[in-house]
Amino acid sequence: MLDNSEGYVTEDGRKIGGVVMEMKNITLRFGGVVAIKDISFDIREGEIRAIIGPNGAGKSSMLNVISGFYVPQEGEVWFHGSKRPQMRPFEVAQQGIARTFQNIALFEGMSVLDNVMTGRLGYMKTNIFQQALWKGKAEAEETENREAVEKIIDFLEIQHIRKTPVSRLPYGLKKRVELARALAAEPKLLLLDEPMAGMNVEEKEDMSRFILDVNDEFGTTIALIEHDMGVVMDLSDRVVVMDYGKKIGDGTPDEVRNNQEVIDAYLGVSHD
Amino acid sequence: MPEQLVFAMEVILNGLMAGVLYALVALGFVLIYKASGIFNYAQGVMALFAAMTLVGIMNGQVPFAHLINATFGTHIHYFGWNVPALFAIILTMGVMVLLAWCVQRFVMRHLVGQEPIILFMATIGLAYFLEGVADLMWGSEIKKLDVGLPQGINLWLDETTFNIFDYGFFIDNLDIVATIIAALLVAALVAFSQYTKQGRAMRAVADDHQAALSVGISLNFIWVMVWSVAGFVALVAGIMWGTKSGVQFSLSLIALKALPVLMLGGFTSIPGAIVGGLIIGVGEKLFEFAIGPLVGGATENWFAYVLALIFLVFRPQGLFGEKIIERV
Repeated sequence: MLDNSEGYVTEDGRKIGGVVMEMKNITLRFGGVVAIKDISFDIREGEIRAIIGPNGAGKSSMLNVISGFYVPQEGEVWFHGSKRPQMRPFEVAQQGIARTFQNIALFEGMSVLDNVMTGRLGYMKTNIFQQALWKGKAEAEETENREAVEKIIDFLEIQHIRKTPVSRLPYGLKKRVELARALAAEPKLLLLDEPMAGMNVEEKEDMSRFILDVNDEFGTTIALIEHDMGVVMDLSDRVVVMDYGKKIGDGTPDEVRNNQEVIDAYLGVSHD
Repeated sequence: MPEQLVFAMEVILNGLMAGVLYALVALGFVLIYKASGIFNYAQGVMALFAAMTLVGIMNGQVPFAHLINATFGTHIHYFGWNVPALFAIILTMGVMVLLAWCVQRFVMRHLVGQEPIILFMATIGLAYFLEGVADLMWGSEIKKLDVGLPQGINLWLDETTFNIFDYGFFIDNLDIVATIIAALLVAALVAFSQYTKQGRAMRAVADDHQAALSVGISLNFIWVMVWSVAGFVALVAGIMWGTKSGVQFSLSLIALKALPVLMLGGFTSIPGAIVGGLIIGVGEKLFEFAIGPLVGGATENWFAYVLALIFLVFRPQGLFGEKIIERV
C-alpha cells in the first residue's frame, strides 16, 4: 500500500500528487439497509481511481456521497485538506466536483453547445443586466467561456453535433456530451458513474480513450465506477473494490486482481 | 372607401389591441412552462392577487381586516393613508417575490424530480389557495384600479382617421399603452432567458433537476426566481386588466382565455403567445362583426375555444410549438 503522502509515480511514468479527497469511515443507511459500511479511501491528484464491485455493492451510493446527493450517517469527507461540512449537491458542484450519471442526465431540450455551456455557469461573473444588454465585460466573458467550451467539444470530437438538440442523439454520443459538460467546469475532481454502461465494444474503447486523454491532457483527477473488470483494470491507477457495502480490496489493479476476497466476490464462493 | 371596409379596419385594430391583453396573460404561462416545465394553472389567480394587493396597498386597506375584526371585535378597515402608485407597485412586487419564496419553500421544494403532472396538480391547489387568501386579505368587492395610465379615446388617432376616411376610429389609449408595455416586457424576458446566466440556469432546471444540481445550480434559488418572474408578469397583466375592467374575482377567469391562445401559439413559444393572442383577438372581433349578426351575436364567448379545438385536431403543437417527433 501507499503511505507516501507526497504521491507516487505510475507504471507509465505519470506523477501522482497528494490526496485530493479522503473518505473517512463512511457509513450510509437507508432505513434498515446498510448501503455503505465503514469505508475509507482516498483519491490523489491526477490519478484515475476506480470503484468496482458486483451489483448492489454500494458503488453508486459512494459516488452520490462524494457528490453530495446522499448524506452519510457517519464518517467524514475531506476535500483538499479540510473537512467538508454538510453540503447540498449544487454547493459540492460549485466546489469543483463535476459528475456524470449512470442514466444520463442531460438537458434534452437544449443543443449540445448549450448543454456544455451550462458547465461554465460558475465562471460567469458579470451581472444580470450586463448580460441581458450584452454590454462590456459580458461579451468578453461569453467569448472566453465559449472558447473554453469549444476546446472541449473539439477534444471530445463532437463538433459535428454542436447545434443538435441532445434528445436526437444516440446513447453513446449523449454519454460523451455529458462528459463534455462535466469537463467544461474544469473540475478538480471528475466523477464518472458507469461511463461505459450500455455501450458496445467500439464505443467502450472510444470512451476509455477519452478518459485517458482527459486525464493526460488536462491532468484531471478522475474517480469512476465501472462494471466491466477488463476496462477498469486497463484504465485505472488504483482500484477500490466493494461488496455488500464493505470495502474488500484497495490497491493497484494487479494487487486487486490477485486478492482472494475480490476473486471470491466476483466468481462466487461456496460457503461450507 | 366603402364604409364596411373602414369598419372592418377599426374592428381589426381593436382586435389587435384586445389580442395584446390576451397575449400578456398567455405569456405568463409560457414563461413558467419554458422555464420550469410547469404548466402554472395559478397564473390567472396570481394576476388577480397582484391586482388586489396593488389596490389594497394604494387605498391603504388593512389586510385581513375582516378576519381581525371578527376575531377581536374591532372595526378597522383602512389605515387612512394613500400610497402613490409607483411605490405601491414596488411594494406589490415585493409581495409577489415573497409569494414566490413561499411557493418554493412550501410546495416546490417537496416536489423535486416529480412528474410534470404532479407539479401541475400542485399549481391547481395553489390557484384555489391563493383565491381564498386574496379574498381573506382584501375582501371580495369590485374595486377600481387607477395607477395613472392614460384611458379613454385616443384623439390623435380619431382625428387622423377622420381626415382620411371621414370616420374616426375609436381606440382606447389604455390598449395602446398595453401594447407598448407588452412589447417591452417580451423584449426584456427574451433577453433575460436567452442571454443571462440566470436565464440559462433557469432553462437547465426546467429540463432536468439532477443534471442542474450537478453543474452547480441551486434549484431553490432558480425556483424563487422563476416564480418571481411569473409574479411580475402577473402583476403587469393584473394592472392592465384591472384598469380596463375593474379588480374583481372574474379576473382570474381571463386565464381561461389564455388557454386557446396557448393552443394556437404553442405552449413553448414566446412569439407564439403573442401571435396566438393577436389571432384570437382579431379573429373573435372579426367573426362577431361578420358572422355575429347572422347567428344572433355573442360569438366572442365561444369563438376562441372552437378555434383552439380546430387547432388541436390539425396541429396539436400549435403554430410555433416544438415539433412533436415520434421515433419508431
